[in-house]
Amino acid sequence: MKLRKVTAASAAVLALSLAATACGSDDKKDDSGSSGGSKKITIGIKFDQPGIGQKTPQGYTGFDVDVATYVAGKLGYSEDQIEWKESKSADRETMLKRGDVDFIAASYSITPEREQLVDFAGPYLLAHQDVLIRADDNSIKAPADLNSKKLCSVTGSTSAQNVKDKLAPKAQLQEYPTYSACLTGLQNAAIDALTTDDSILAGYAAQSQFKGKFKLAGLKMTNENYGIGVKKGSDLKDKINKALEEMVSDGSWQKVVDSNFGPANYKNEPAPKIGDIKS
Amino acid sequence: MSSVLYDAQGPHAKRRNVLYTAVFTVAAVAVLWWVFSTLADKDQLAWEKWKPFLGGTEAYTAYIWPGLENTLKAAALSMIIALPLGAVLGIARLSDHAWVRVPASVVVEFFRAIPVLVLMIFGMAWYSEYTDISSDSRPLYAVVTGLVLYNASVLAEIVRAGILSLPRGQSEAAMAIGLRKNQTMRLVLLPQAVTAMLPAIVSQLVVIVKDTALGGAVMTFPELLASANTMSAYYGANTIASFTVVAVIFVAINFSLTSFAGWLERRLRQGKKSTGAVLGVDAVAELAAPGEHEEVTKVG
Amino acid sequence: MFDFLEGYDLLGAFWTTVQLTLLSAVGSLIWGTLLAAMRVGPVPLMRGFATAYVNIVRNIPLTVIILFSSLGLYSTLNITMGSEVVKTSNFRLAVLGLMLYTAAFVCEALRSGINTVPVGQAEAARALGLNFTQVLGLVVLPQAFRAAVGPLTNVLIALTKNTTVAAAIGVAEAAYLMKEMVENEAQLVLISAIIAVGFCCLTLPTGLFLGWVAKKVAVKR
Repeated sequence: MKLRKVTAASAAVLALSLAATACGSDDKKDDSGSSGGSKKITIGIKFDQPGIGQKTPQGYTGFDVDVATYVAGKLGYSEDQIEWKESKSADRETMLKRGDVDFIAASYSITPEREQLVDFAGPYLLAHQDVLIRADDNSIKAPADLNSKKLCSVTGSTSAQNVKDKLAPKAQLQEYPTYSACLTGLQNAAIDALTTDDSILAGYAAQSQFKGKFKLAGLKMTNENYGIGVKKGSDLKDKINKALEEMVSDGSWQKVVDSNFGPANYKNEPAPKIGDIKS
Repeated sequence: MSSVLYDAQGPHAKRRNVLYTAVFTVAAVAVLWWVFSTLADKDQLAWEKWKPFLGGTEAYTAYIWPGLENTLKAAALSMIIALPLGAVLGIARLSDHAWVRVPASVVVEFFRAIPVLVLMIFGMAWYSEYTDISSDSRPLYAVVTGLVLYNASVLAEIVRAGILSLPRGQSEAAMAIGLRKNQTMRLVLLPQAVTAMLPAIVSQLVVIVKDTALGGAVMTFPELLASANTMSAYYGANTIASFTVVAVIFVAINFSLTSFAGWLERRLRQGKKSTGAVLGVDAVAELAAPGEHEEVTKVG
Repeated sequence: MFDFLEGYDLLGAFWTTVQLTLLSAVGSLIWGTLLAAMRVGPVPLMRGFATAYVNIVRNIPLTVIILFSSLGLYSTLNITMGSEVVKTSNFRLAVLGLMLYTAAFVCEALRSGINTVPVGQAEAARALGLNFTQVLGLVVLPQAFRAAVGPLTNVLIALTKNTTVAAAIGVAEAAYLMKEMVENEAQLVLISAIIAVGFCCLTLPTGLFLGWVAKKVAVKR
């Protein structure tokens, strides 16, 4: 009798775990016919970059999200026909190549290496690599000042390596899985500077919790031309380029810039011309 | 045992114990006070940082639950796939034929000798290079692959130990009534061994749940720990608060699993119908590493 | 065939793994023994503390503990572990995290070792007038350690494998190097095989040797 109870208990556990997997898997929508008859468009964005692309309890916000929404609108998709997907930096080329997403707007810089693998529409924003420092820190005015400082960036990112290799060889590198981990260290003076694109940094600095605590050093170490990535040879490229041109000319671009970067007090570059890639 | 180590306390010993307690309390309070005051200094205890968790359910529905769902999904899938695989490997290791026994032993020893993380990194790269699994589900596949390879080997040892824990009279009696080896295993030994193994299997589940976090930290698997990252980006880098909440959830899940395993073990030991062989919770830690294992079973 | 290994410090990475393992092994043995002593000792508060410690730490993923030692101790509480160099701090923090985690398992292994010592031993020791520290230090623990060599070996092997988690805070050990190599070189199977063999070389001989030691020192009863 006891044995039977135990067996029943284990069966219950098994059933529960099966149920857990079952409800876990049913949220996978049919993503095979992404732009076909079901009339959906799948767009890759960042989920953890406030100001650029951030998942919030209410939905998705950020500059990339607004640009992508506008572009999708011009392509004939309303807001509720968009399916957002997280595209981590390392996954972007593969996602496009395999058709997991229709296009990607995720702080995606146009580089010659990437252009071998995918096509880019745009650019739609010119950003620069910069460092975020504590508001009361006046010791960093040029890239060389980063020598002997503790520099934080996310694991596997090229921006920190770039500083270390070219600009400040004596800088110490701390790698964390996310920018917010870096921010905690920056706030508590365990780390001196956080480096990546100024557009991303501005988004963090603008969060209400950090008002007045951080500032951008304004070093402009590189040019980052944000483009919208599409599959190599896709006819979407021209359509997106047209949409981006319209976005600038009808003023929506400026509006989106103001609403996302305005609070950050981020002095953005003027809208870049399509195909004008600053190296 | 504990009370055997020291005498009943007289007035002298009691006074000394009070002193020890006082010293320990003071030391503990000093450390805690330092930690909390530093955290307060650094603004980490601000209500703003904790509000998402204590003052509403939004953080749970948007970030924590989807992450937890993935954690549980990966753990359950790994267990369900690893169990039969482990059973086959474990029984193969008990085979009379060297050509079955030796390869099974090699597989089991190999996968217990290398870290799960290495298996996961391998799986991740393998799937992206040689298969066309979408990048969404690739981390899940990689995590489950790593967990299955490792845990199937551990479960193989649990199964083997479970079968060996049965009194020899069981297989002797089965042979005496003319059952074949395969029948002995299927009809007599396995059903009893499964019962004996249940506590060990449940506590292995704890190991699996803990290991899913590797996928979040080193790969891009969106499980509970990784959800803390997206979450703290939104709530203004409340890293400490997010991690504390995630740790508490892990402890809650694993503590209830451990307690359940302990309850099962006690229950089985008291059972009158079984042979009394139980593979205890402690056995898991011992079977997880490669090498010889003796007397892991407690017949009680 | 192995040309691609140039430019990667494979031996250095495994040396880091070995260092992580040995330092945290010594640390966790000491802290784990103290915990075990508290757990069987006469002071209720310490007993409660040790029990709670073991139950909590065992149930948290090591990844969380390691990340916490970097994000919590280093970034928030500014504990630099006596070094201004980020890499050294990270290494020492990883050792600390591994030590705190592994000590819980050492404590459990020792407790099971203590349970194998016959009650009569402790009773006889008490009859001779020894106090708790003496009973534990002179009579029970020496025997418990001999019985616990087997379980402790398993803890050590698990620790060796667990050092890979330090990759999460950027300590350049074997798994960190593997990830880097896998991303940059098109030799997935070969790289994985090298790393796997490396770990087999660390864990399998440890298991065999200490298994032999365990048999050698076991108290015959």
